[in-house]
Amino acid sequence: MDPIAADWLGMTRRELFRRSGVGLGAIALSELLGRDRPARAGGPLSPRPTHHPARARHVIFLHMVGAPSHLDLFEPKPTLIEYDGEPCPDSLLEGQRFAFLRGHPKLLGTRFRFDRHGESGIELSELLPNLGAVADDLAIIKTLKTEEFNHGPAQLFLQTGFGRFGRPSLGAWVSYGLGTEGEDLPSFVVMLTGKLAGAGSSLWGSGFLPTMHQGVEFRDGGDPVLFLSNPPGMERGDRRAILDGIRDLNEQQLGVVGDPEIATRISQYEMAFRMQSSVPELVDLSSEPEHVHRLYGSTPGRASFANHCLMARRLVERGVRFVQIYNADWDHHGNLFHALPRKAREIDQASAALVLDLKRRGLLDETLVVWSGEFGRTPMLQGEGGEKAGRDHHKDAFCAWMAGGGVRGGTTFGRTDDLGYHAVEDPMHVNDFHATILHLLGLDHARLTYSYQGRDFRLTDVGGNVASKLLA
Amino acid sequence: MIARLWVFLSLIASPAPGADGPVDFDRDIRPIFEARCVSCHGPEGRKGGLLLTSRRDALLPTDSGEPAIVPGDPKGSELVYRLESEDELDRMPPDGARLGASEVDRIRDWIARGAPWPGGGDEGLGHWAYEPPARPTLPEVDDPSWCRNAIDRFVLARLERAGLHPSPEADRETLIRRLSLDLTGLPPTPGEVDAFLGDARPGAYDRLVDRLLASPRYGERWATPWLDLARFADSNGFQRDGFRDVWPYRDWVIRAINEDRPFDEFTVDQVAGDLRPGATIDQRVATGFNRGNTVNVEAGVDQEENRINGVVDRVNTVATVWLGSTIACAQCHNHKYDPITQREYYRFFSYFNNSPVETMFRTEGDTAAIDFTGPTLELPLPPDLSARREELAEVRRRRAEEMESLADRLLADRRSWEEEVCADPDRMAGLPGPIRAILAIPESDRTEAQRTKIEEHLLSGHPEMEEARGALRELEARLEELEPPRSLVMVELEEPRPTFVMKRGNFLDPGPRVLPGVPEVLHPMPEGAPPDRLGLARWLVDPGNPLIGRVTVNRWWLAFFGRGLVTTPEDFGTQGAPPSHPGLLDWLAVEFVERGWSTKRVHRLIVSSSTYRQSSRITPELLERDPENALYARGARFRLDAETIRDNALAASGLLSEEMGGPPSYPPQPRDIWRVTGVVDNTYETSPGPDRYRRGVYTIWRRSAPYPSFVAFDATDRSQCLVQRSRTNTPLQALTLLNDPAYVEIARALAARVIADRPEDDLGGRLDHAFRLCLARTPTPAEREALAEVYHRQRGRYADDPASASRLVGLGSGDGEGVDVVEWAAWFGVANVLLNLDEMITRG
Repeated sequence: MDPIAADWLGMTRRELFRRSGVGLGAIALSELLGRDRPARAGGPLSPRPTHHPARARHVIFLHMVGAPSHLDLFEPKPTLIEYDGEPCPDSLLEGQRFAFLRGHPKLLGTRFRFDRHGESGIELSELLPNLGAVADDLAIIKTLKTEEFNHGPAQLFLQTGFGRFGRPSLGAWVSYGLGTEGEDLPSFVVMLTGKLAGAGSSLWGSGFLPTMHQGVEFRDGGDPVLFLSNPPGMERGDRRAILDGIRDLNEQQLGVVGDPEIATRISQYEMAFRMQSSVPELVDLSSEPEHVHRLYGSTPGRASFANHCLMARRLVERGVRFVQIYNADWDHHGNLFHALPRKAREIDQASAALVLDLKRRGLLDETLVVWSGEFGRTPMLQGEGGEKAGRDHHKDAFCAWMAGGGVRGGTTFGRTDDLGYHAVEDPMHVNDFHATILHLLGLDHARLTYSYQGRDFRLTDVGGNVASKLLA
Repeated sequence: MIARLWVFLSLIASPAPGADGPVDFDRDIRPIFEARCVSCHGPEGRKGGLLLTSRRDALLPTDSGEPAIVPGDPKGSELVYRLESEDELDRMPPDGARLGASEVDRIRDWIARGAPWPGGGDEGLGHWAYEPPARPTLPEVDDPSWCRNAIDRFVLARLERAGLHPSPEADRETLIRRLSLDLTGLPPTPGEVDAFLGDARPGAYDRLVDRLLASPRYGERWATPWLDLARFADSNGFQRDGFRDVWPYRDWVIRAINEDRPFDEFTVDQVAGDLRPGATIDQRVATGFNRGNTVNVEAGVDQEENRINGVVDRVNTVATVWLGSTIACAQCHNHKYDPITQREYYRFFSYFNNSPVETMFRTEGDTAAIDFTGPTLELPLPPDLSARREELAEVRRRRAEEMESLADRLLADRRSWEEEVCADPDRMAGLPGPIRAILAIPESDRTEAQRTKIEEHLLSGHPEMEEARGALRELEARLEELEPPRSLVMVELEEPRPTFVMKRGNFLDPGPRVLPGVPEVLHPMPEGAPPDRLGLARWLVDPGNPLIGRVTVNRWWLAFFGRGLVTTPEDFGTQGAPPSHPGLLDWLAVEFVERGWSTKRVHRLIVSSSTYRQSSRITPELLERDPENALYARGARFRLDAETIRDNALAASGLLSEEMGGPPSYPPQPRDIWRVTGVVDNTYETSPGPDRYRRGVYTIWRRSAPYPSFVAFDATDRSQCLVQRSRTNTPLQALTLLNDPAYVEIARALAARVIADRPEDDLGGRLDHAFRLCLARTPTPAEREALAEVYHRQRGRYADDPASASRLVGLGSGDGEGVDVVEWAAWFGVANVLLNLDEMITRG
């Protein structure tokens, strides 16, 4: 056993000998450190080699739950504006299923102005002025495409590559594939603003992968990680004394029964103890200087998307592999022109700040920021129009953006038709989207497999092409 | 893998193609397929549903519904047409040079000769799991004295072959804890331990096993893995994740297991209880198994898609549970590895295609609001409750009548009241504005609503009326509590739905119609069996079913040993792991099926074996030779399941409620765990009193946000059938046991219990008692010393700070009243240590 591993176990070599009464040569190190993946020295979540050199080491995935309108944020379509109020062409209805639209709906042009930004001249809606300021770092995907047109299934599809329950999420796959660099933190952290997305905690579940790869929710009220704080009346010194007692007895038991699982348990209790101090420090945003809060629009102690973005940066700094932020309430079937600006204001500044802040700190090169909804919205009007106008769900083409982590900034990917309805150039299926994210992380989506029910499962199922045009 | 192997074989084995003489598959045909076809028509591509890697696959119908190769009929073979077609879109291969005329000729010739395929490539057909098990003879062993039953003969023979020796038998304290946790999911009490240790008569162990098997706790413990299979939950899943009533099914499972309902009957009840002649209420409740699927009721869903998803889930679940089959793989195309075609998938599917839809739009044609519906069964109340309910209903009826007459009496004075009020400006001014306004209207001009308003004004202020109304409300609330429970069940439509193959699994793209039927590779459906779920259920339990016995006993073995004889318990197909002890698996399977399908009988057999009774100590030699304990040279040692960890702690602390059955219980959980989108009630009200301490099997299971401490210990969200949970070891588990308020409550109670149970004892006596409550054994001196150190440290610390001590033990069960808070707080520390020990959450 090398000294690092012994330290990781929190035991001296001599102590371990004495306690276990077992020659250490006989105990395979990997066995002592975790059973699921014996090949990993240092435990099942410690870093693993990539398939090819990685461009990104971390991912921050911002999921806009409810599906934002790409046509009012990222896709200026003069034709759509020109034909606003006209019945939509028949071709838009052929072979399509809609959640709500019935009969022959009219077209709905955006009411928002689009401006060109940066050297790249990327066009963005006036609702996203701050993102405009980092436009040269963004790669806007115009042709993302999913297979589900209801929220729950589509959220699952975006996060797990499958429209029903049971598959591991993207973050869990990445944790499984790469482990984590964080000492005292989970590999995959989740934060929610607003209500839980429709598909619930399965969105960050581990499916058939070992459950240690599931996302751990960092919460806003009460303990940031469930059960982090000691019961009332118990100080840190008391906790230490109790943990020493647990450890003493566990070590004695290890000596009697020789089960390496006990050694793992001992080390997990030590990690829990370290988390009790590292996590509160981590989530305490008051240690950030005022100019950072101004940048993000964050306020210490409040539950907000801005706080979550700032936290995401802090998590990445501490080596967390995958951070996911869910932001609820983007489902604008009606009242689009009033509700969308409100939502855009909520996320525009903070997501732009995240890109900028990472860049200033030299972290953007190794951190991939992803922004997406579970699908897009129809160019057709839902409802009566006027002030109450809305858009229905649309799965065949919608927008997402990526920044950093080996992505070519200041670009757009793919092109849609004049109504923003179908891809006419470079469609990107969710499988391709996943393959590209994994590729940037140094993982080959076709080789990242897990054997279950007689099959080598992949995040990308039988699909997936890396979008090489997106790569820097 | 198979394809790759062939490439390899053909490279070394085939001479140059094109040699004269009769067509030879390996020489003339296979190289063409390999070079030009399998990149698309191999296991990875399977374009158009055609797979050219085995004869069986090559002859199956493709996505078009017709096979590409018809042996003996080159003209009728699509393959030949495609090779020769001039049509750009049809012609194969689509890219690169066309096949030469001589190559096409050879293929034509080969088909004309019946398309022989040496070796066949049909590995699946001879797969061990598809052959019916026969009872093997017991292997000879060198040391028969070690063997208590047949299990041991198989295990020992294998150990002897490997040059390993079994471990000695575990001590009695370990055995009783192991047995109690395995069979009932609860620890033995110190009294039970003493009784067992003191039972010197022969057969003490067997008597213990009998007692545990007869305990009602047995059904509660064994229901949990079954409910994982049944993906049983109290909510629908997906967006909205509203609640459903199906807990009577959970109670039925517990009852059926406790009664040792023969597994064949247990099966038929769940798959087709509703179709049994004269189906009982219980048998109908049992069909709740197949209502376990998630249902999406978010606005705008496609009802038919929803329905199909439900049927798919049933098909896959039934196949996994009773056949260990990954038939799900054949939903979109013929199974890549197992001999199951897509057509066969949909024939199996059609058995489940005849139940009503489970969702309904609230308003026809408006997709904005959709409800979870589907058949439910109203259960009869027990006679006493039923009588009580009728009695109350009668009282309610009488009270309502009385109230009516009271109202009539009060309103009779209305006109005179109006006159009085109108004559008195002061009284008038004291009335609410709307009433004054109505009074100003001549009586004959008042609307119905206005009249009602006046009447309501008169009644609502009247004390007599208020009292009568209050009484009635109370009665109604009591009546509501006596509402008969309901449970989701399966029913069959009178007119079966036609079933079609769905091309690439897409329900919008139907292929040929199919009739109910079972995969050919398995035992045949008996002649004359009804083509419905009942026929299918009986087929599942047909003694000719090669899988049901193996799959079932393997799951139990997994539960007792932490590892299956087949380590892929969800897959007995060709890609699954081969059994480590094939003879043992078959022997157990045959024993189970032939001797009346008794679960308890097999469980007794397993726990009675010497194999099971071994010490779980891991020697360095064993760790090196057999780290996974695949050969069973020692007893199994593994962490308890999520629910058992909690039940075990509750039992040790004395808090556990033994109340069985009924609606789910709500143990304490942090705020804001439930915050689901949509119009759903997200309030979580912790059950009052002992209900919060009921066993985990009764805990409310909400799919989008399951009970947090269960999640930490690898429980499933029950969104789909799960055969084997993970068993991880994480810091979040440590935090849960240390700080989860539910466990803090348990630690307080355990501390109070130790003090209360042993008022006269010294520290050592109390420590021993606490230790035995938790671990069923007496501590070693070193262990006692370590615990005493914690006690002294905490006692000293809280003596200086009694305020913190009060806060630490302040809330809680109410037990321990009158106990010195400093003493209690010190014991809290000890209890917190014990509840967190590896040994506490492990059965060893």
